[in-house]
Amino acid sequence: MTTIAFPKLISRPTSYTGLWSWIATVDHKRIGTLYGITAFLYFLIAGVEALIIRGQLREAESDLISPEIFNQLFTMHGTTMIFLVVMPMSAAFFNWMIPLMIGARDVAFPRLNAFSYWAFLFGSIFLNLSFFLGGAPNAGWFGYANLTGSVYSPGDGLTFWALGLLILGVASLAASFNFVVTILNMRAPGMSLMRMPVFVWMSLVTSILMALAMPVIAVALIQLSLDRVLDTNFFNPAAGGDPVLWQHLFWLFGHPEVYILILPAMGIVSEVLPVYSRKPLFGYAAVVFAGAVIGFMGWFVWSHHMFTVGLGPAANAAFTISTMLIAVPTGVKIFNWMGTIWGGKLRLDTAMLFSLGFIAMFIIGGLSGITHASPPTDAQQQDTYYIVAHFHYVLFGGSILGLFAGGYYWWPKMTGKRLGETLGKWHFWVMLVGFNVTFGPMHWLGLNGMPRRISTYAEGMGWETSNAIATFGAMLIAVSVLIFIINIIRTIASKQEAEDDPWDGRTLEWSIPSPPPAYNFARIPQVKSLDDFWYQKHPELLHDERGEEPESDEPVVEETHGGGSIHLPGMSYYPIVVALGMVIGIVGFMEIRVDIPGTDLVFPWLSAVGIAIGMYGVMGWSLEPVSEEGGGH
Amino acid sequence: MAQVAVKQEQHVHVADTNTGISNRKLLLWVFLASDCLFFGSFIATYLVYRNQSTTGPYPNEILDIPITSVSTFVLLMSSLAMVLAVNYAQRNSVGLARFWILAVAALGTVFLLFQIYEFTTFVNEGLTIRSNLFGTTFFILTGFHGLHVFIGVLWLLGMAFAHFKGALTSRSVEDLEMAGLYWHFVDIVWIIIFTVIYLIGFSDGEGLSTIEHAAAVVGG
Repeated sequence: MTTIAFPKLISRPTSYTGLWSWIATVDHKRIGTLYGITAFLYFLIAGVEALIIRGQLREAESDLISPEIFNQLFTMHGTTMIFLVVMPMSAAFFNWMIPLMIGARDVAFPRLNAFSYWAFLFGSIFLNLSFFLGGAPNAGWFGYANLTGSVYSPGDGLTFWALGLLILGVASLAASFNFVVTILNMRAPGMSLMRMPVFVWMSLVTSILMALAMPVIAVALIQLSLDRVLDTNFFNPAAGGDPVLWQHLFWLFGHPEVYILILPAMGIVSEVLPVYSRKPLFGYAAVVFAGAVIGFMGWFVWSHHMFTVGLGPAANAAFTISTMLIAVPTGVKIFNWMGTIWGGKLRLDTAMLFSLGFIAMFIIGGLSGITHASPPTDAQQQDTYYIVAHFHYVLFGGSILGLFAGGYYWWPKMTGKRLGETLGKWHFWVMLVGFNVTFGPMHWLGLNGMPRRISTYAEGMGWETSNAIATFGAMLIAVSVLIFIINIIRTIASKQEAEDDPWDGRTLEWSIPSPPPAYNFARIPQVKSLDDFWYQKHPELLHDERGEEPESDEPVVEETHGGGSIHLPGMSYYPIVVALGMVIGIVGFMEIRVDIPGTDLVFPWLSAVGIAIGMYGVMGWSLEPVSEEGGGH
Repeated sequence: MAQVAVKQEQHVHVADTNTGISNRKLLLWVFLASDCLFFGSFIATYLVYRNQSTTGPYPNEILDIPITSVSTFVLLMSSLAMVLAVNYAQRNSVGLARFWILAVAALGTVFLLFQIYEFTTFVNEGLTIRSNLFGTTFFILTGFHGLHVFIGVLWLLGMAFAHFKGALTSRSVEDLEMAGLYWHFVDIVWIIIFTVIYLIGFSDGEGLSTIEHAAAVVGG
C-alpha cells in the first residue's frame, strides 16, 4: 500500500491474554470492561469523598476537616461523579452493548475507541494527582469565573482542573464521533432506525449531544487555562472581561451535559422494563421521539442555571418557558414506562427493581426541578441544599440507579455469570432507603435556608437533625455499595454458568453466547422487526403485539468471509501512544517551560515532547495495516 | 463522452454501510459539526467582547484591512484549487490532482505566512494576547484558525507524497474528498472570522463604529 518506510518500533502483541493484550486491545467489549472497572473505582473514590463531607456536616461546628479540604472534596466529588463515573460508566455500556444490539462485530473505529479510553484514563489520573501536588481544585464543579482566575485561586489546583477536563473532553469527543458513526453506519441488514433498541437510540442522542456540547466547554476551558497560564484577559474584569461569559459557555455545555448523564440511564430502563414485564415497550416511537426532543430542547434551557445573575425579565421568562416545556417529553417517557409495566407479567428481579426505583426517584427529582423553573421560586432555592437534593434525585436516583439496573441486567451477558439475586435485592433496598434518608432531608434543609458548599454551620439554625439524618443515610448507601462489592466477589468466585438468554430478552445481544466471542456474531443477523429476537422466539406474538404478520423466511445469505474466517482488527499499541502524547502535550502547557534566551518568549518543552510522541503515534497509526497478513481471526 | 463517463464512474464508490457514506467520511462530517461549535464559541466570545477593551491598541488603529484582504483572497483561491484537485482525482488524473493538491498546500502556506507577518507586526506595535481584551480574543480566535490551516497543509502534503503517485485507489480519492471537506470548512470559517473582525464596524475605543465613522467623514 504505502511506500513510506516507517520505523516499526512497536510490534503487535501476539497473545490474546495477559497485560499487554489489554493495553493493545481494540475489542469494544474489553474497552467497555476497562471503562466499567475504572468508572467503578472512581465511584468508590467519589463516594469516600462524599462520606467525608457528610461526616463533617453531621453536627454543627464540626472540625473534622478544614474548610480548605472541604472545598476540595466537594469540588472533586462533583467533578469525579459526573466526568469520571456517570459518563464513563455510560461509555462502558455504549461500548459493550451498541455493537451487540445493532448486530455489528465492533465499533466503526476500534483504535479510536481505545484512544478514547486511554485519554480518559490518563486525564482522570492527572486530575486526581492534584491532591498530592499542591491541592485539588476547590472552586466547585462549575468553576465560576473569576474565582477560578490566578488572582483568587493561586496554586495549581484549578489548572489541573481545566487541563484535566480538557483531556477528558477530547476523550469524550473521540468516543462520541465513534458511536455516532457506528450507530448510523453499522446496523445489521433490516435494522432501520425505527427498529433500533431504545438504548441504542438514547446512545445516539447522547453521542450527538457530546459531539456538540464538548467543544463549548473545551473553548471555555482553553480560555480559562490561557488566563491562568499566559495571563490573557478572557475573564479578567479589570481589562473589561466578563465573568458571566464563563457562565454562559459553561451552562451551554452544562445543560446538554445533564441529558448526557441521564439519557443513557433512560435507555437502559427502556430495555429492562419490557423484558421483566414480558410486554413490548409501550409507545416505542413516542419514547424515541421524546428522547430526541429532549436532546434538541436541551440546548435552549441553559440560562435557568443563571436566573439569579440578573439577565433581565425577558431572558428569564424565555428560559422559564423552555424549561417547563422540556418537562413534557420527560413526562411522555415516564407515562410510557408506566404503560409498559401496566398489565405486564412482572418479574421483580434486581434489574427490574432498580428500574422501578429509577422511575420513582426520577419523578421526585423532576418535580423538584420544575419548582426551580420559576425564577421567583428559584431565587429562594439558588445555592441552597434544595438544589443539592434536586440534582442528587435526578443524578443518583436517576442515572446511578439506572446504571445499576443495566449492570444487573447485562452482567450475565458480559461475564457469563449472573449476579446474586438475594444480595442484589439487599443492595437495592438498602441503597434506595439510604438514598432517600440522605437526600430527602436536604429538601427541608434547603428550604430552611442552609446554603450549599458551607463547610460548617452554627448551632441553633435548626439544621442539626436533618444533617444528622442525612449523614446516617450516607452510611446506609456505603453499606449498600459494600453489599454490591461482596455480590461481585461471590459471583466471580462461583462456578455457575449463565445461559445465553437468561431473562428471555428481546434484543440481539441475547441471541449470542454469554460472554460473546471476540467476533460477536458468527453470522450477521437479518432483522425483520423491532425486537426481532423476541419474535423469533415467539412468532405467535408478532400479530398481537405489533400488528405484523411473520414474513416468509428469506433465504439466508451466508457471509463467507474468505472461507469462513472472520477478520477482526488487530491489536494496536498506537492508541495508547497517541493518548499519552496528547496528555503530555496538554499537561506540558502548565508552567513547564523554559525561557528562550534573547526574547521574552518561552518554550514549553514538555508540550513539545508530548506533541512529538503524539505525531509518532499518529504516523504509526495511519501507516499500520488494520490487521496483520493472515492474522487476527 | 461515453468513455469519459465510464472513467468517472469507476471512482464513484458507494460504501457498504447503512447510510451509503463510508465510516471515515461520516466521522469527518461529525467532526466538522463539532468543530462548528468550537469556532462558534470563540467567535461568540469575540463578538461579546467587541469594543470592550479598556486600553489600546484598538482594532481600528492596528488592523490592516487591505493586506488581510489579499490573504483572504489567497485562501479563497486555495478552495478553488481544492475543487480542481478533487475533480482531477475523481477523473483519475493523478498528475493533475497532485499538482492541485500541492497548489492548495502552497496557497495555505502563503496564508499562514501572511498571518505570521500580521502577528509579528501587531506584537511589534504593542498588541499581544495580554495587552487588552481585543488582543486576547483576536490572537486566540485567528490563532486557532491558523492551526486548522496548518494541520490541513500537513495533511495535504502527507497525502500528496504518500498516495498521489502511480495508480489511484478509491481510498486515496476519498482521502482527498475528506481533506477537501475539511479545507472548505476551514475556509468558510475564515470568511466568517474575516467578516466579524475586519469588516463589521469596530470602535476606536470611544464608541464610534466604522460605519458611524464613515458617515461622519462623509457628512463632515
